[in-house]
Amino acid sequence: MTQSPPLRRFSNLLYRKPNLYLSLLLVPPLLWFGAIYLGSLLVLLWQGFYTFDDFTMAVTPDLTLANFAALFQPSNFDIILRTLSMAVVVSIASAIVAFPIAYYMARYTTGKTKAFFYIAVMMPMWASYIVKAYAWTLLLAKGGVAQWFVQHLGLEPVLQFILGIPGVGGSTLSTSHLGRFMVFVYIWLPFMILPIQASLERLPPSLLQASADLGAKPRQTFMQVILPLSVPGIAAGSIFTFSLTLGDFIVPQLVGPPGYFVGSMVYAQQGAIGNMPMAAAFTLVPIVLIAVYLSIVKRLGAFDAL
Amino acid sequence: MFVYKTALFSAITTALLASVSVQAAEPLKAVGAGEGQLDIVAWPGYIERGESDKAYDWVTGFEKETGCKVNVKTAATSDEMVSLMAKGGYDLVTASGDASLRLIVGKRVQPINTALIPNWKNLDPRLKDAPWYVVNKQTYGSPYQWGPNVLMYNTNLFKTAPTSWSVVFTEQNLPDGKPNKGRVQAYDGPIYIADAALYLKSTKPELGIKDPYQLTEEQYKAVLDLLRAQQPLIHRYWHDATVQMSDFKNEGVAASSSWPYQVNGLTTDKQPIASTIPKEGATGWADTTMLHAEAKHPNCAYKWMDWSLQPKVQGDVAAWFGSLPAVPAACKESELLGAEGCKTNGFDQFDKIAFWKTPQAEGGKFVPYSRWTQDYIAIMGGR
Repeated sequence: MTQSPPLRRFSNLLYRKPNLYLSLLLVPPLLWFGAIYLGSLLVLLWQGFYTFDDFTMAVTPDLTLANFAALFQPSNFDIILRTLSMAVVVSIASAIVAFPIAYYMARYTTGKTKAFFYIAVMMPMWASYIVKAYAWTLLLAKGGVAQWFVQHLGLEPVLQFILGIPGVGGSTLSTSHLGRFMVFVYIWLPFMILPIQASLERLPPSLLQASADLGAKPRQTFMQVILPLSVPGIAAGSIFTFSLTLGDFIVPQLVGPPGYFVGSMVYAQQGAIGNMPMAAAFTLVPIVLIAVYLSIVKRLGAFDAL
Repeated sequence: MFVYKTALFSAITTALLASVSVQAAEPLKAVGAGEGQLDIVAWPGYIERGESDKAYDWVTGFEKETGCKVNVKTAATSDEMVSLMAKGGYDLVTASGDASLRLIVGKRVQPINTALIPNWKNLDPRLKDAPWYVVNKQTYGSPYQWGPNVLMYNTNLFKTAPTSWSVVFTEQNLPDGKPNKGRVQAYDGPIYIADAALYLKSTKPELGIKDPYQLTEEQYKAVLDLLRAQQPLIHRYWHDATVQMSDFKNEGVAASSSWPYQVNGLTTDKQPIASTIPKEGATGWADTTMLHAEAKHPNCAYKWMDWSLQPKVQGDVAAWFGSLPAVPAACKESELLGAEGCKTNGFDQFDKIAFWKTPQAEGGKFVPYSRWTQDYIAIMGGR
């Protein structure tokens, strides 16, 4: 028997010891995930226990719970509530707007029209996010396109009325909650359309025929067959819209009334003040909220189709 | 054995610490040959080599004369500057007053020896020994440029310049008879608390505010009350100079605190905009070129500080940025700035300006900057 070349010997070794083979494949990605991703996340959260000295503006590694307690101060809690309510409203609205588009894409398009819809939905994602956000500040401005339409349709009193509602309005369209909400819905919409469309594609047409055969009206078919079966898609899409809104700090800064979001607060704390512990404490907020949200969504069956 | 090791270890540590502190405490004795390179952190537009506009170039000449190749890293905010300097690897930074004390206290920058800068004699006497770069009689860097935070207003609305900051602070009708609610802006930074304090300094003298950056608890409370009352009037807390310019153009904003940069931009654009410094005075910024504590190219850095204090360089920077030179002779030496440039930008208003500096507690006497930040965030959020 001749001496086999080293490469062959190595592959023989791997063949004889499948566990070695498996660990060779898995250790690098697990190391990446464990050390670099989870490790850095834990280090970040650990900083939340450090003490920030107001006087020297220095961070000392004396452990304290004060930063996490400070999250419940009224002004900080406002920020959390403001962000959370916007995330919820944006997710619901995105689902309502996205559903008809996704339904049409899944049921009534084939070939070229389907490709067209895919491109049309994803095209906005090719442009830079910041450019889109800035563009919206111009669209919504008093001399901008949106108000031009409102004026020519004679809807100015309606707009003024809406802007006067507390919690919805603001001094102008581009500095109102409504304006910020519109920008969020626009920017995250593709993330909602695509999962819903995927879930509707999987829905077998035979179910709809069966429903019709059994005498269900279109409305009943929709409420009792289509909607329940598309819930996983809606839930998956809402994970995107919800978590992206929670963490965003560009849109809140450019559009909408004064008042920070969680993202802008983290940015201000670690940038402007160098209060890394408080910033770290604030990053815990989206993590907890998203964990709670994921557990709710899991019950809705968003992960069943994975 | 264990004790011995510990003793050795602590001896080494002490030696290391000692050597570090010696390094930090001793400025250069003489400027030697250049190291061939210089890394500067600067505001955009501060260090120009003619790439944006051929006429505006004050780097090429320096490189030719000294052989120091200049690399510029631009930073958009004071905070970015502080964090870049904390990372290290740069020689100089053009720090504003709200960053400079943080850099000094954080030991990121070192004192300089002004005797090594021949052009130091050109310096505006009004800027000498200013508290935002001279600490314990040590000079941390050379002044570069300064400017006021002006009151920018729409000339279609105000036929004559508003004389008081009250147009942005208290509810009132503007000259067109409609209320100012939703038509004024405030700056989205805690340092704006000083603007409110400056306003109260003259409108409520009974509070006894001396320095708007050093507020006692009682004064601070009055200032916050003013800002809380201002919040419902605010159209937007401006953060981004471009967004503010578009707000004045498209959103019908009537008045706001602003920088000469926006005013110049809008007037060049033929917009009905002008600016003024009201009777209460104004806050302002003064930037200092500071030397990193561990600068790798100190000789080139000294050469640059000297170069930057030439009247022509100072005037050209001022013309490009809409700021004011730290060297009075610059007002006459720069064609780009023109004969009236200094006056337009507010050269004579120096005494009316309370320059930005980081508020410090000084042993609990005053409210520190971290609380300014917390409270201003709460106020912007409507609390």
